[in-house]
Amino acid sequence: MELNIQPILPEIFICAMACVILVLDLYLKPERRTIAYVLTVMTLLVAAGLYWQDFATGSAVYLNGMFIKDRFSDVVKIAICLLSLLVFVYSREYIKARDLFLSEYFVLGLFAVLGMMVMVSAGHFLALYLGLELLSLSLYAMVAFQRDSSVATEAAMKYFVLGALGSAMLLYGMSIIYGLTGSLDISVVRGIVAAQAAPDNVILVLGLVFILVSLAFKIGAVPFHMWVPDVYHGAPTSSTLFVSTAPKLAGFAIIIRLLVGGLEDLHFMWRDMLIVLAVLSMLLGNLIAIAQTNLKRMLAYSAISHMGFMLLGILAGTPNGYSAGLFYGLVYTFMGLGGFGIVVLLSRAGYEADELDDLRGLNQSHPWYAFLILIFMFSMAGVPPTLGFFAKLSVIQAVIDVELTWLAVIAVLFTVIGAFYYLRVIKLVYFDPPAVAAREISATADLRVLLSANAVALVLLLPMVGPIQEMCTQAIASVVGAF
Amino acid sequence: MTFTQLAFYFFATVLIFAAAMVVSIRNPVKAALFLVLAFFSAACVWITLEAEFLAIVLVLVYVGAVMVLFLFVVMMLDINLARMREGFGEYLPIGGLIAVLMVLEIAIVLTSGGFGEEQFPRPEGHPAGFSDTKELGRLIYTAYVYPFELAAVILLVAIVAAIALTLRKRPDTKYLDPARQVTVKKADRLRVVKMPAEKRADRTTEGEA
Repeated sequence: MELNIQPILPEIFICAMACVILVLDLYLKPERRTIAYVLTVMTLLVAAGLYWQDFATGSAVYLNGMFIKDRFSDVVKIAICLLSLLVFVYSREYIKARDLFLSEYFVLGLFAVLGMMVMVSAGHFLALYLGLELLSLSLYAMVAFQRDSSVATEAAMKYFVLGALGSAMLLYGMSIIYGLTGSLDISVVRGIVAAQAAPDNVILVLGLVFILVSLAFKIGAVPFHMWVPDVYHGAPTSSTLFVSTAPKLAGFAIIIRLLVGGLEDLHFMWRDMLIVLAVLSMLLGNLIAIAQTNLKRMLAYSAISHMGFMLLGILAGTPNGYSAGLFYGLVYTFMGLGGFGIVVLLSRAGYEADELDDLRGLNQSHPWYAFLILIFMFSMAGVPPTLGFFAKLSVIQAVIDVELTWLAVIAVLFTVIGAFYYLRVIKLVYFDPPAVAAREISATADLRVLLSANAVALVLLLPMVGPIQEMCTQAIASVVGAF
Repeated sequence: MTFTQLAFYFFATVLIFAAAMVVSIRNPVKAALFLVLAFFSAACVWITLEAEFLAIVLVLVYVGAVMVLFLFVVMMLDINLARMREGFGEYLPIGGLIAVLMVLEIAIVLTSGGFGEEQFPRPEGHPAGFSDTKELGRLIYTAYVYPFELAAVILLVAIVAAIALTLRKRPDTKYLDPARQVTVKKADRLRVVKMPAEKRADRTTEGEA
């Protein structure tokens, strides 16, 4: 048997660089640790370049069906590389100020990225599960990284216990499907499931339910969302940034791989289950976010409601719906990055700017940053001249296309409810008197420039919406068309 | 009933009994010992299924290494069970409801006929001299080499995470640094001072003492 490692070269590169940084750290003086940081950022940049240079044209399967390389995987992987890169740049000063600027932090981050790459390309239950565990283990450690903080430790503990429960559910579901089909290869499973897909096949229903529950755990959809607010709030904001962005895309990717790639013939079953998850997520996320006084918790509940929206695209069950979901995921992760980026920007050593009151009257001292907050909040609320609006629009269109108009109406209603707490932030920033007299922002130039670019891109990329959606459509077509 | 079947039912009964004791017994050390029994009976069940290598590995790794460490931890940490049981009654109704539902669901699935003998015919037994260790090794290093390497990376992450979260340098402990001890030079420790000789006043008393 010949082993072709050419397609997994970028993954091998990331893994090798993580090991190099780990060893290099032994010989680095603490004041020279910036080298580890620069290497990490370069690694992610080069990996994104490798994916870009070897961009897939069709869909191919390698390593005995365990590794799928198609347009979808490459699009999502490039996005994951860029998101993680931005996360590290955003959080550099933050972790320096809190004595977390250790090479292990970057190594864990790189391994988490590796896990996400494996998940995105998984064509086999084993590879998918191992990728998920690699990601989760790294994330647990990153959340607990501030070991002197009891809040962070508690958050990590909750994340770990519930994450382990989610993984167990996934394994249980996979083993039931395996028991029925006798194969762990997702494309083989697809063939056998297609032949046996009947509403009265209780074995398939039970396996599907377990898999869906674990997926909902991992992306944080109601009623499996309990860990999200506590983890986002308790973790150091640098880790929150990481947890809340790229892993959501990876979660979307495994939903596509499992539900669309493997169990699409059960669409009539999982559609209703996803409707329940999506409606509950939008309802609970938006309503509870209103009651929050902490910015990080508010953004956590907003993340839950956004995940509900992303599920809307998937449950439509059409290529259009999936690509709308992918577009939503891409836009949301960049918005979420900006939202938590603001918290990082306003924080200083020994001071967390994570209460809503900390934002009061920001416009008077820092009009530009107030403007950035305005863009992020408008985009999350889905106010027109931003990408957030088009993301919501395309998802709702996909839902209407499959004649679920009532669901579209509910989604719009909850968006209006959600607009309240986003607009409240803007009101605090622009119309309230400042809480503290003079607020200094000690952010470095790269953070200021990139965060500004991040916000401005949400508006300036509008002419590009067509091409981006086209890219998403082609990416999804490479998954759906592969069968 | 053949001997294999008899052995299977015997060890399966022991396994279920031991597993039930693990979660229901009050003493954590006894619970850990029942877990050892559960692992051992599971290994015996695997042997009846002709998976000898896996059975031996289960005994060696889990019973031999993991459970011993587990017992050490249980004995060293003074776990207050009374506090851990607080709120147990409070969560019992909903937890029990979910447990009953799960058991019912699984019973429905198992009795649905999807796992009967017609779907899964009895596999052919292996000929004498068949080495499942060799087969396993061949599969792991060829067809499953990708997941195998991924598992290795996961272990590396576990090591990195454990060290990053627990290693702390305490300046107040008095520890030896062999590297510094070896590289120390005479000049670092010893200072040769030149000073004029002094004349001792009373030589005789020192000599007598």
